[in-house]
Amino acid sequence: MTTTLGKPAASAPAPAKRRRRARRDGLGLRLYTWLIIAWLMLPIAIMILFGFNDTHSKQNFQWEGFTLRWYQHLFDKGDLTRALWNSVSIALLSTVITTVLGTFVGIALGRFRFRGKGVTNLVLFAAISCPEIVMGSSLLSMFVSLDLPRGYWTVLIAHVMFSISFVAVTVRARVVGLDPKVEEAAKDLGAGPVETFRLVTLPMIMPGVLSGALLAFALSIDDFVITNFTSGSTVTFPLWVYASTRTGTPPQVNVMGTLIFAVGVLLAVVSARRGRRT
Amino acid sequence: MRRLRGALAPYLMILPGGLWMAVFFVVPLVFMFSVSLMTGNIIDGFKQTWHWQNYTDGFHTYGDKLVRSLWYGLLATVACIALAYPAAYWIAFKGGRRKSTYLFLLLLPFFVSFVLRTLAWKLVLTDNGPLLGPLRNHGLLPSDFHVLDSGFAVVSGLTYNFLPFMVLPIYVALERIDYRVIEASYDLYASRTQAFLRVVLPLSLPGVFAGVIMTFVPVASDYVNSEVLGGPNNVMIGHIIRTEYFDNSSYALASALSFSLMALLLVGIFAYARALGTEDVLEAAGR
Repeated sequence: MTTTLGKPAASAPAPAKRRRRARRDGLGLRLYTWLIIAWLMLPIAIMILFGFNDTHSKQNFQWEGFTLRWYQHLFDKGDLTRALWNSVSIALLSTVITTVLGTFVGIALGRFRFRGKGVTNLVLFAAISCPEIVMGSSLLSMFVSLDLPRGYWTVLIAHVMFSISFVAVTVRARVVGLDPKVEEAAKDLGAGPVETFRLVTLPMIMPGVLSGALLAFALSIDDFVITNFTSGSTVTFPLWVYASTRTGTPPQVNVMGTLIFAVGVLLAVVSARRGRRT
Repeated sequence: MRRLRGALAPYLMILPGGLWMAVFFVVPLVFMFSVSLMTGNIIDGFKQTWHWQNYTDGFHTYGDKLVRSLWYGLLATVACIALAYPAAYWIAFKGGRRKSTYLFLLLLPFFVSFVLRTLAWKLVLTDNGPLLGPLRNHGLLPSDFHVLDSGFAVVSGLTYNFLPFMVLPIYVALERIDYRVIEASYDLYASRTQAFLRVVLPLSLPGVFAGVIMTFVPVASDYVNSEVLGGPNNVMIGHIIRTEYFDNSSYALASALSFSLMALLLVGIFAYARALGTEDVLEAAGR
């Protein structure tokens, strides 16, 4: 670093000093940020660790030694496995339905001006900011009033309902950023509306569609509150875990949590890597 | 014909999704409102009697729980801002090339299910758990030290669960700030404090507002944290609504409570969003 001594300009020493100071309090904030990260990771680390706990009691909160037993007997608890399977299949189905419905809504909102656009935006905004318990309880009120039995399909309906708005908003953001001239060019070259959509529009908005689909999957597989209200006697993974707190949560739950965590992180890292390359 | 089809295109695209939202989001709210004015019980059935008293009864019996929920919501939201802002600030301005890595680390909890996260946080706060147990055995904590089943435990759990929702929008707002604007303020002889208070902070406020919307509503209406961490004395309104529906089967009262909660939160949010512009908030929420 060069010294600023002897330089006539009064402002010259200030930036250097400022820079030095900036680096110093940057260190404080750096430590702070790492502390926050550590705090967020602490419970997750404990969850992962206790999937390896050689516990013999029903309560799994005292460390009794390392074992891989729970990984070997991951699917021993039939009802837990069924709950996990329900969660995964509902998440997959609702992601497919939501992505199709939400993408069209997002394109319409991002591309066209039409009467009713304001109302549509309002409903989407209301759905995003509506408390989950209100969505759940109002669906339950309707199902009870109409005497509809609750179960797998009502959960699926509810999951599609609360994810559509997120997909629509994500896709809309992508559509707004597109150059409409590209589609016009396709039409000038003789492509019909369906061909234009399939060969031009869809590939361009694909990143938005994919991130919307990922969001929908994550929202669905994690949902507790709305599922709680619409499930009847069907049990999903979060519901099973929650019910198990009364009698003691088995280590298999930790293992499943760990595996879902690992897969999620892996997918995110891979897609981020890919996104950087393209 | 062609022009007609062009005019219809947006409606055809909206139709399936819009219908789904109308039938399973808007109509159920109407049903719930209708149920909230009924009288009756699960055995004899419910009848529509326009019984507005359900609302006053609800406030009378559970007003304190409602107030507590808003209070906990406020505490957790403020705690989230206080914890998230400095971290978001550091990542946005000092994160360098690793910005997205730091952000990713802060969002890692999202890869663990919400219920599991709450249970894991309970484990951290458990008296004989893996963290407090050893601390107590080594005399680092008094033997009657106890966190679980308190309001503090609930607020800490809510803060833990919703912190990433606050970090993200604040980070986005800070990241958007043109650094030259800050430099300009230095050139105009602003001190570091002045530059922060009069340039950085105002420019980042939209992010804070978006974060408040994304945390306050789910926090104030949550019942998982209060049921897992709070014990019987720190019950929130969500728990009341759930038990009125499922344990007591008093659908009318539960609907009235749920509708009041929604009205209270949504009116607040809409007023708030109106003042700030809906599109901005939606956009931030969509990220």
